[in-house]
Order: sequence, then C-alpha cells, then structure tokens
Amino acid sequence: MSTHTPSTRTERDPLFGGNAGMGSEYLEVRGLSVTFDGFKAVQDVDLTLLQGDLRFLIGPNGAGKTTVIDAITGLVPATGKVNKSGTQLLGRKTHQIARSGVGRTFQTASVFEELTVLQNLDIAAGAGRSPWTMLRRRPGVEPRIAEVLDTIGLASLAEVRAGILAHGQKQWLEIGMLLVGNADVLLLDEPVAGMSKEEREQTGQLLRRIGAERTVVVVEHDMDFMRQFATSVTVLARGRVIAEGSVAEVQADPRVQEVYLGTTAAAEYTAEIGGA
Amino acid sequence: MSTTTPAAPARRWPAVPGPLRTGAGFALAAVVLFAVAPAVLSDFRLGLLGKFLCFAIVAAGIGLAWGRGGMLTLGQGLFFGMGAYVMAMHLKLADAQVRGDAVPDFMSIAGVRDVPGWWQPFASPVVTLLVVLLAPGAVAVLLGLMVFKRRVKGAYFAILSQALAAALATWVVGQQMLGGSNGLNRFRTFFGFDLSDPANRRLLFFIAAGTLLVVVAVVRQLMRSRYGELLVAVRDQEERVRFLGYDPANVKVVAYTVAATFAGIAGALFVPLVGIISPSDVGIVPSISFLIGVAIGGRDTLLGPVLGAIGIAWAESSLSESFPSAWVYAQGALFIVVVGFLPGGLASLGGVLRRRGRPAERVPHEEPDEPASVRTTEPEKEPVA
Ligand SMILES: Nc1ncnc2c1ncn2[C@@H]1O[C@H](COP(=O)(O)OP(=O)(O)O)[C@@H](O)[C@H]1O
Ligand SMILES: [Mg+2]
Repeated sequence: MSTHTPSTRTERDPLFGGNAGMGSEYLEVRGLSVTFDGFKAVQDVDLTLLQGDLRFLIGPNGAGKTTVIDAITGLVPATGKVNKSGTQLLGRKTHQIARSGVGRTFQTASVFEELTVLQNLDIAAGAGRSPWTMLRRRPGVEPRIAEVLDTIGLASLAEVRAGILAHGQKQWLEIGMLLVGNADVLLLDEPVAGMSKEEREQTGQLLRRIGAERTVVVVEHDMDFMRQFATSVTVLARGRVIAEGSVAEVQADPRVQEVYLGTTAAAEYTAEIGGA
Repeated sequence: MSTTTPAAPARRWPAVPGPLRTGAGFALAAVVLFAVAPAVLSDFRLGLLGKFLCFAIVAAGIGLAWGRGGMLTLGQGLFFGMGAYVMAMHLKLADAQVRGDAVPDFMSIAGVRDVPGWWQPFASPVVTLLVVLLAPGAVAVLLGLMVFKRRVKGAYFAILSQALAAALATWVVGQQMLGGSNGLNRFRTFFGFDLSDPANRRLLFFIAAGTLLVVVAVVRQLMRSRYGELLVAVRDQEERVRFLGYDPANVKVVAYTVAATFAGIAGALFVPLVGIISPSDVGIVPSISFLIGVAIGGRDTLLGPVLGAIGIAWAESSLSESFPSAWVYAQGALFIVVVGFLPGGLASLGGVLRRRGRPAERVPHEEPDEPASVRTTEPEKEPVA
C-alpha cells in the first residue's frame, strides 16, 4: 500500500495534539453519559479530538468504547455536549449528524452486500445529491470515488459484489465510504479486528494517511497495533476515562496497567471511582 | 494492497436487463399486446387479459416497493380501490348526463333525487383524472411519512396497510351511495365512447397495455437509477444508510408512493374494462392476491412481478372455472412452495439451475500467512457467496 501516495494531498503525518494548529477542525466531547436501564455504560466522558491527531480509544471489553461512538453518532440517547467545530451534535438525528461530517464504522463490517464496491461508494458519496441526479443512472466513476478506490486498494474490485469481499477488504470499503462522503471526523470501531498481520499493517498505514487531515478515532484492543500507529491514546474503563496522553505516558500509567492486568489495585480503583 | 488480486468480476444474471435486451423486450411485448393478442383472442378473452394487465400494473409497483424496497405492501387494495371508485363515480355521473337523468341509475332506484355533494367534483373528467393520478400517491406520502419516520417495523407496516385496505372495503359496504356490497356497475360510456362497441373495448385494452408498458419503463428507470441502488441499500441495511447521511424514511416513501400511484391507475382502468367495482375487489383478499403473483414471479426483478401477476390471474380464471374451491388452496400452496424454496420467485429459477455444479462465486484472495496476533472480537469470517 505504500506505493499509493495520493498526489493531491499534502503529506503530513498525524501528530500528538493535532497537526493543524489554530483554526483546525475539532470534536469536543464534554460530560458525555449514557445510561441503559439504570446501568451507566458511559459516565462523564470528556474527549478533545483535534484534526491530524490519530487518537486510539482503548479499554477492556465492555468499557463503553462502542457506546461512546454510538452516543456521538446519535444511535443511543446521551447527556452532555458534543461540539464539532462549533456545531452541537447531541440531540440531532443520526442522518443529520452524518451530514455534518461525522462518519463511523461498525465492529462487524456492514457494507451493502448486494451492491458492488462501486455502488457502495457511490451511495456513500451521494447524501447531498439532488432528486434529479438521484433519478438518473450513475454516469461513470466520479473522480473522488476513483481516488478513494485507489486509496483503499480496491480499484480492481470496483465491480465486484461487496458481499463476497474478504473481511479486511470490507473494512477498507467501509473506511472508503466515509472518505467519499467527506467525513472529517472518523470514528472507527475495531477496524482491524480479525485481520491478518499484513492487513493490519496496511490498515495502519491507511489510517496514518487519512488521519493527517482528519480527526480520526480508532477503537482497538491490540496494544502492538496501538503502539505502532497511535499519536495519542484515551483509556476507557467501566464507562470512564482513566488515562489520556501519548502512547508512552499511557503505558507508564499504573492505573492503565492495572486495568489491563486485572490486579487487585484495579479492583480498588474501580471501587474508589464508584464503578458498579 | 497486495491482497487484492484482480478478479474476474463476478457476473450475475442482472435483475434489470440492459438496453439491448430491454429494447427487444419492449418491442416483443408491444407486438404481443397490440397485434397478436387482439388477433387471436375473442373480445371476451381480450377483456379478460385487459383485467390481468391491470393487476400487472399493480404488481410492477409492488415489485419496486417490496422487491426492491423491502416494504411488504399488503394493502394495495386501498389505492386500487381509490382509483377504481373515483373512476366509477365519474362514469356513473357521465352516463346519467348522457341519458339526461339527474342522478345515476342506482340512485334513482333508491329514490335519491340529488347527487350527493361529495360526488359532484367527479362529474368533471379533469378532476377525476387528477384525483386518480394524485390522490393515492398523496395518501401514500402521508401514510409513509407517518409510518417510516417513526421507524415502525416491517411487520407492523404490513399489518397496518392491510388493515387500511380492510377498512376501505368495510366502509364502502356501508355506503349506499357507493352501491354498498354490490358495488358500482353497468357503465355505458367511457369519456364519451360507447362501452358496448367492441372497437371501443379494444381501444380500452390498448390503453391498459400502453399504460403497463409505460409503468414498466418507469420502474426500470427507477431500478437502474442511483435512487434504485439506494433503495436496495435501505432494504438491506436501513440503519447503515442513516450513518451515510440519508433519511431512509424519505427513500422508502418515494417507492411506496410510486407503487400506490400505479395501483390507483390500475384501479381506474379496471372499472371500464371489467364493468364493475365492488368491496370484494379492494379488500384483504385482492390485496394478498396482488402480492402472491409478485412473489411467484420474482419480486426482485423487473418483469417477474408483471408476468407473475398475469400468470396467477390467468391460472385463477381458468382453474376456478373448473375447480372453484380448489383454486384458493392451489394458490396458497404455490405461494408457500415458492416463498419457501425459491425466495427469488420463478425469475430466479434460471439462475439457480445455472449455478448448479459451479463453484460459489468468491473473490480470490491470499490466505493470511499467519494468524492475527490478537483475536479481539469474533474470528475472521469467511466471505459468503
Ligand atoms: N443497548 C444496550 N443496552 C444495554 N446495555 C448495553 C447496550 N449497549 C451496550 N451496553 C452495555 O454497556 C457496556 C459498554 O458496552 P460497549 O460500549 O459495547 O463496550 P466496548 O465497546 O468498550 O466493548 C457493556 O456493559 C454493555 O453490556
Ligand atoms: Mg465495542
């Protein structure tokens, strides 16, 4: 994949704290809480995500990572504030949030299996199309779609039904669908789960490239993968943020080690913060 | 990415034929409908075929809304009935006018002296045609927005639409001014043409045939358009579509409205062709019959619903002449067999046979040379063909 270098984009690498300086795009989450039937799945989560920062959101199973993404994208009701470059997102409908440039993927790839790769991308690119355009046939491959097909390495499979793609290819297609839709906040829920080592490596490179001019959040368990590609990390446990910082900082944090190693100190900590 | 070896695009039998086959198909259909059928069929049989074409128009809409859009439109009798009764009211008023009567014949028998106020707009042919063309669609927009915006689940939508068809039938039975359970019948003229003249009856058949061709052309365009692709996406993964910035409710309402409009037009053509409209033509039973033809023909395809509807209607009329009671069971059994064993309908039979003995379609990809370092969620899924 290293052979694909998008020519039109400025090559900047994602950086800790973002790479766009003042005036960059951002997503600011304040006091986000989600309750399911009295069970607090997410409690008082704050996140500040800046353009050009490849943020990893890690934490044990059931920590609330997916629920945070669900809340930001309007899938589950939540309290708190989510501010995307000045626009409040919480309380708006899912499709309106998507239109404002927040895209997400799902833990289990959910492409449109009956449609081709190209049709999948064309639909993802088209939320703003006029009725007249919608009622006509797709004339050809739009340049931005062709570019994304190259970026995600599926150009040769454009006419193939998405249902028969390999697992990794489906995840790449999902990411591609966000790119053609011009999402500038990408929330990716375990995009490399179930991928081979080689596919992970390729996906990591892809994330680095697209993360250079977008705000990308990657949910992931795999510490090796996180170490290799993250520029900043937020650790979630029992619905709360327990640590945040660079990879090195987070790894050095005893509470993070506890959560991951499951020591008695971890149990004490969760008791201390009032976890259920 | 190195794992993506170029693959021969997996070819499938297209549900929507390409331009060449379509052109040939339309030409063939036109020859059959406009030349062969009138030449070989008696006037009576031609009228019967005209009635089947009306069902086919309804079916084309159901194919779009159900086959492509996943909406189980179990209540198309509602829209069919709207178009039919509006047309029937106009024909009764026009007949009365031709004969110089103040009110239609069935009203004067009942001792009614004046045409009820709500009948009066339908004295105008223009109003009648506008209402036939627009009212079913307008009702579908309202109903669709109400149901789909609230994310009512599929089964409830099906039950609700069927309940509305039943409600229309029940309401009409109670309306003496609509002929009650006898319905409206004995139409003599159609926009000035004498309906007892075989030449005019043939003209009526041609109108139905032409309408069917237009309807099929419209459905074909919708299926091949970007909208058609989006509709399939909504059918298969409605929630996913939301996250791409679309409101699936709007997407569904369009197909539902088109289907309703077609059903209304079909109802309006049915009335002069068949000569009677009664509550039994608009309630639950006809609504289900519409669906059965579509399912048997192949709901996902362009022509499956049309041919299925004609085939079922033809089988019904020929079989129920000889075995009136057996037909209902035969129809039910056929429906179960097709839905159970051939969900794509008869249209998918060719594809099923062709796939036999051939390896399932899949993209060649290199197997991962080593297992994923950490299996976090579910194991890698094999792509299913
Ligand atoms: N829709 C739901 N209803 C009830 N509980 C839920 C729901 N979704 C998630 N949860 C619970 O919330 C917690 C966090 O889940 P999740 O966000 O999926 O965790 P993660 O993605 O970090 O593994 C879990 O305990 C899960 O059981
Ligand atoms: Mg999760």
